[in-house]
Order: sequence, then structure tokens, then C-alpha cells
Amino acid sequence: MKNIGISLIAVLILAALPTALSAVGLTGLITNILPYVAIAFFLIGFVFRILLWAKSPVPFRISTTCGQGKSLPWIKSNPVESPAGYWGVIARMAQEVFLFRSLFRNTDVAIVDGRPVYGSAKWLWFCGLLFHWSFAIIVLRHLRFFVEPIAPWIGALSALDGFFEIGIPTLYLSDAAILVGLTFLFLRRVVVPQMRYISLFTDYFSLLLIAGVVTTGLLMRHFFPADLNAVKALAMGWVTFSPVVPQEISAVFHIHLCFIFVLLAWFPASKLMHAGGIFLSPTRNLANDSRMQRHINPWNAPVKVHTYEEYEDEFRGKMKASGLPVEKE
Amino acid sequence: MKIYNGGKIVAGIVIFIIVVTFPFWYGKGKPSPPPQLSLDTPAIAQLQDKRCVEDVNFMRANHMKLLDAWRDESVREGKRLYTAKDGRTFEKSLSGACLKCHSNKEQFCDRCHNYLAAKPSCFSCHNIPGEVKK
Repeated sequence: MKNIGISLIAVLILAALPTALSAVGLTGLITNILPYVAIAFFLIGFVFRILLWAKSPVPFRISTTCGQGKSLPWIKSNPVESPAGYWGVIARMAQEVFLFRSLFRNTDVAIVDGRPVYGSAKWLWFCGLLFHWSFAIIVLRHLRFFVEPIAPWIGALSALDGFFEIGIPTLYLSDAAILVGLTFLFLRRVVVPQMRYISLFTDYFSLLLIAGVVTTGLLMRHFFPADLNAVKALAMGWVTFSPVVPQEISAVFHIHLCFIFVLLAWFPASKLMHAGGIFLSPTRNLANDSRMQRHINPWNAPVKVHTYEEYEDEFRGKMKASGLPVEKE
Repeated sequence: MKIYNGGKIVAGIVIFIIVVTFPFWYGKGKPSPPPQLSLDTPAIAQLQDKRCVEDVNFMRANHMKLLDAWRDESVREGKRLYTAKDGRTFEKSLSGACLKCHSNKEQFCDRCHNYLAAKPSCFSCHNIPGEVKK
């Protein structure tokens, strides 16, 4: 419970920060300086973490397979679940990245009549998928504030997302879906005792921080409308490096920004780096080709060997003299 | 320290950076200030007191909610008069009130809506005389 408390306090402090800054007249810190600091931390940190991981050698194929590997031509193989080549690995990785294939195999175990019974457990997969896809769509929709003229696909995505035209402004389905996903992911850690036991500050904090971003965003869209022209002018100022004097937009908007920039800057240092890490998972990105190719350990020390041929060359005379058979006369 | 699979790693990082910095290169760094709205219509020119239904900041952020409420109240409840915060009364009508002053939809409504990709469904029923629908 301590970890939940600390992360909740951390998020509340972040929410109070913009108000405190505007009280001392430093709103420009959030609107004009923090965005660059955050994106720099995000980009440099992300690349740094990837390079750090790329320095770890993975000499042997440790892919975990869930299908028949490629062997003899008359044995039917599964090229995606046990890929032997490049395209198979790409297909498996795409399944993992876009559909969370591994999580789909999640199982649950319960003790029934003193015996363990295993069953399928898809809720985490479903809500995880809901959360990640909604988040991606929300980020893409936000591009309308960052590009001018707005690319047609951004408008099309927004139109599709708001297909049912519920309320004005339209309720986006991804907004509702991300709330469902986040609620599940959070409650799972709080309600399930085993999950609560292994959950750390960073687990709760990342969820609460994203929940803060979503909540402030929804508040601005549906309850305390922000002046979107001013918002877009500010965002366009960032991406064209021609800073705009921040207008008085709204307190909720500043909290929204503060949450996002903290999320961006903290991203590379946190577990959220699984976004980049998934591509470097050895059990996913290695082809199962140990029987076709010899993989040599790069840090093997050179071993001095003495082959039988060399041995015979050295002692041929003595071997013949004592009547031992030799392969080469 | 050696970087393993350097080619693929670098390719991945390059793609990542290109995708993430999309807003920075897409507009080629051209500044695009928010649209200036034209208030230059005959009806507005004749007004003594150039005030909208409510104050400008409120209208800018809330006009869609106001119009939504107007529609429900006038169509479903028959209440066709709106009393503003300062006591003036208006007819709850898009064509009869809003568009009477703001008769220049393309220079007024559309500029912001296009700038922000807002697609109000108002004008799928309310016709603007003389407007050619694309």
C-alpha cells in the first residue's frame, strides 16, 4: 500500500506544480522550456537505452518456440511460431508488437479439490491491447495540433474514432477504451494480492501518470473547454522553433502539459522502455535455426588444439617402429 | 564496447527518430499562426455595440456546447429564447441569430474548424445560401 500512496502523492504534486509555477509567474517554464527538455530527454534517453542493450551479446539462439521447427521437408513446420528465417521472425515480431501474441497465451491456475487446474486468462491481454491501441490512436489524433495543414489521415482517424457522434464535442471511442484499460490495469495491481506484493512504485506511478494525462485531457474536451486556437498556436510554436508567448489557456491544460512532459522525460528511465525493448527480446527476435547454422560464441578464447593428423605427423616414425597402425604412410 | 547487429540497431533507431519527430519535419518548419477571423460583414458593421451573445473568450471555448444546448431546448422543449448573462435576449437559432451576423461562414466558422480539424455536423442540415458544398 505504501507504493500506491507514494505514487499517488507524486502525481498530485505534479498536478499542483503548474498552479504553483503560475503563481510565481513562471508559466513559460512549462509552455516553452519544458517541452524541449522533455523531448530531448526522451529521444536521447531512448537511443541511449537501446544502444546499451545492443551492447549485450546474445550468441546463442534462445528463441522460445510454440510450433514445429523447420526440419525435414515432409514434416509440416510452423514458420511463424518457430521461424527459421528473416520473414518468419518479422511475422512473429509483428504479432507480438501489434497483437501481444505472448500475452494471449496467458494462463491462470486455481486449486480445485486439492488439484491445480489450469485455464485460459485473457483479460490482461484484452485490456492491455485496449489500453495500448487507444493510447496510440490518441497520440496520432493529437497530431492535429502539431501539423498544418492537417494531413487527411489524421482527420479520417478522428472521424472514425468519433464515429457514433455521442455528445458535443464528440466522445472518442479511444478515450472511453483507454479508461477501461487503465482501470483494469490499475485495479489488477491493487486487488490481486500476488500482484500487489510484486508491484513497485514505478508500476503504480506510470499508470497513475497516464491516468492523469487522460483525465485532464477528457476534462478539457468535455467539461472545461480550452481555447484550441491558442493550444495549436503554442504547439506549432514548439515544432517550428518559433516560440509563442503563452496565452492564458487554462489551469487544466497546464496540468495536462506537465503530466505529459514528465511522462516523456521519465520514459527512458522507466519500465515504459518496453516499447523499445520488445524489439530486442531474444526469445522473440532470434530465428530458431540452431540446427542449420553454427552460432559461435564471440568471446570464446582461442583454444590450442592438437588434431590426430598432427599427432600422427609428429610420431609417425615411432608409431611405425613399435608396430602401431597409421592412417597415412 | 561492440554493438551487436549494428546495422539493424541503427536502422531501427533512425526509423524511431524519423517517426517521433514527424511534427518537426512534416511542416518544413513553416510557422503557421492561428487564423484571423473576419468580422467584416454588413450586419456586424451596422451594430452599435459589437458584442456576441456572450463574451469572446466564452464563445471561443464553449460555442459548440451553447449551440448543442440551444438545439435541444428549442427543438425538444420549445424554449426559443436565450437570456445572456448580461440580460439581453436572443432567438436560439443558428441561421436566425448566429449566421445573421456571421454571414461569412468561410471566413469565420470554417477558418478555425479547418485549422483544428473540427468537423461540426451543423452544416450538414443548415444550408448557407450561395455556398457550394464540396
